[in-house]
Amino acid sequence: MAFAIVEVCINCWACELVCPNNAIVEAKPHFFIAAEQCTECAGDYAEPQCVGICPIEGAIVDEYQKPLNPLGSLIPIPLKQRRETLTVP
Amino acid sequence: MVLPMLNPTTSFCGTEQPSHLPEAIRQKIFDHPCYSEQAHHFFARMHVAVAPACNIQCHYCNRKYNCANESRPGVVAELLTPEQAVKKVLVVAAAIPEMTIVGIAGPGDPLANPQRTFSTLRQVAEQAPDLKFCLSTNGLALPRYVDEIVRHNIGHVTITINCLDPVIGAHIYPWIFWQHKRIRRQEAAAILIEQQQRGLEMLVERGILVKVNSVLIPGINDKHLKVVAQVVKAKGAFLHNIIPLIAQPEHGTYYGLTRHREPTAQELATVQADCAVDMTMMRHCRQCRADAVGRLGEDRGAEFSLEQLENKEVDYAAAMLRRQAVQQALAKQLINRQCNSEVKLQFIPVKKKPLAGSPSTRSIRMAVASKGNGLINEHFGHAKAFLIYEASSQGVCFIDRRQTELYCEGSDICGDKEVVLENIIQLLADCEVVLCARIGFEPWRALEAAGLFPNNEHALEPIEVAVKAVYQERLNASQPAQFTTGCKIA
Repeated sequence: MAFAIVEVCINCWACELVCPNNAIVEAKPHFFIAAEQCTECAGDYAEPQCVGICPIEGAIVDEYQKPLNPLGSLIPIPLKQRRETLTVP
Repeated sequence: MVLPMLNPTTSFCGTEQPSHLPEAIRQKIFDHPCYSEQAHHFFARMHVAVAPACNIQCHYCNRKYNCANESRPGVVAELLTPEQAVKKVLVVAAAIPEMTIVGIAGPGDPLANPQRTFSTLRQVAEQAPDLKFCLSTNGLALPRYVDEIVRHNIGHVTITINCLDPVIGAHIYPWIFWQHKRIRRQEAAAILIEQQQRGLEMLVERGILVKVNSVLIPGINDKHLKVVAQVVKAKGAFLHNIIPLIAQPEHGTYYGLTRHREPTAQELATVQADCAVDMTMMRHCRQCRADAVGRLGEDRGAEFSLEQLENKEVDYAAAMLRRQAVQQALAKQLINRQCNSEVKLQFIPVKKKPLAGSPSTRSIRMAVASKGNGLINEHFGHAKAFLIYEASSQGVCFIDRRQTELYCEGSDICGDKEVVLENIIQLLADCEVVLCARIGFEPWRALEAAGLFPNNEHALEPIEVAVKAVYQERLNASQPAQFTTGCKIA
């Protein structure tokens, strides 16, 4: 039972500061969750802290690689404009 | 170590402004470029980007895109550790002796990174005791850290307050992280607003100078900002800084991607004037980066990258002596300027709407080309921006700063001159006069034809003195439309 950070992470440090288990470490190319230390905050908080503060959709995934903040869950940008963002350099 | 100190206390003369301010506050703003329009011509500041994390999301911010070439809040070229930041501060303070203020403004929120923020300031205070500190925060964690702010001698705090109504806030803040939970929309906005207001009250109570920044978002809070101005003034905020929304699609923000409209320069000036009736209005903000270095409007950050800081050693005791000498000379210039009784500056509440048809109360806007020190010292063709001043029977008031393309990029690369000139004329449409050090014949003719009278007779004079003089000339001229000045062609 552990979460993971994937490549869309912007290295903003927010998760590192709120993790109750010090499971998150600065790494290259992006932050990293030490699986053996991650408890998904069970027993500490009602919701996982890194997932709660992460500003980037899709940056933190569960053990099945499922995004915990899926697309559209943090910033309500309509799909049409989102597609346009993909073309923005 | 004896601290070199600027001491404006004894040197403020009787008739200068901002005369309605208590002495303690005048001292605090004297050399802070962001809190004093006058100071920003002389003194510089730097932001150290030590605070990456943020505890809220704003629709005008996207943390993904950090870029070396962009100038706007929240953008930085490289994140610093507290130790790197201290080194950078020492190097910059030695290189730019007029740099008086070290601020932490992000790129996230300083108080969402309390350890990095306070550790940086503690170390700077130990090694460079002649610097002053400020912070810029969204306010969510402010009540919790007011004691720390006082303990670290942070004299100035800026809170970004965009609204007082959670219904409006729900359109600006999609979520906050609060008490270990992500909270969304209206509920989030209500908590944020409550913490901002409590933080403001607590800071004022502790004698800390508070500036309130409000982002003007057309259709969202444009009508509401007057109430914001009234309330924050009543609670003791010192200065209100209404800044225009920046929302380009390429910035990847919610407002950018949903093509939310940015306010025009005129809209911004109107809202600022409406709110200035209730409180002192800052009009010289340049919406700088979270790692800006230098005077407002000039960014020398690129000269002080981490790579360049390596191998640099600073003898700060020696630097401090040099800083003291330079700052005292600048202070003298600034005080002279303030003592000029002809000049009335932006601290005077702006009373708008002169009587129609009454020439003696007519107000006139002028665009000024300046590269600093409060002087008309820039060539029209080299001006990257124009400072807009309004003269009326009430005095001279700084309105805003409008960025432009260079009319002249150098010898032979003035390609789209006509287009650029046309854009400048549009940008300055509400002005009657353009004051500059020099101007070429072609732009002179074009400006004059557009009813924008160029004037280079006041080259190298202090801006307000010249604006005041030209205002008088124009009022005295029986028919303003026929007014021309002696044309000195550059």
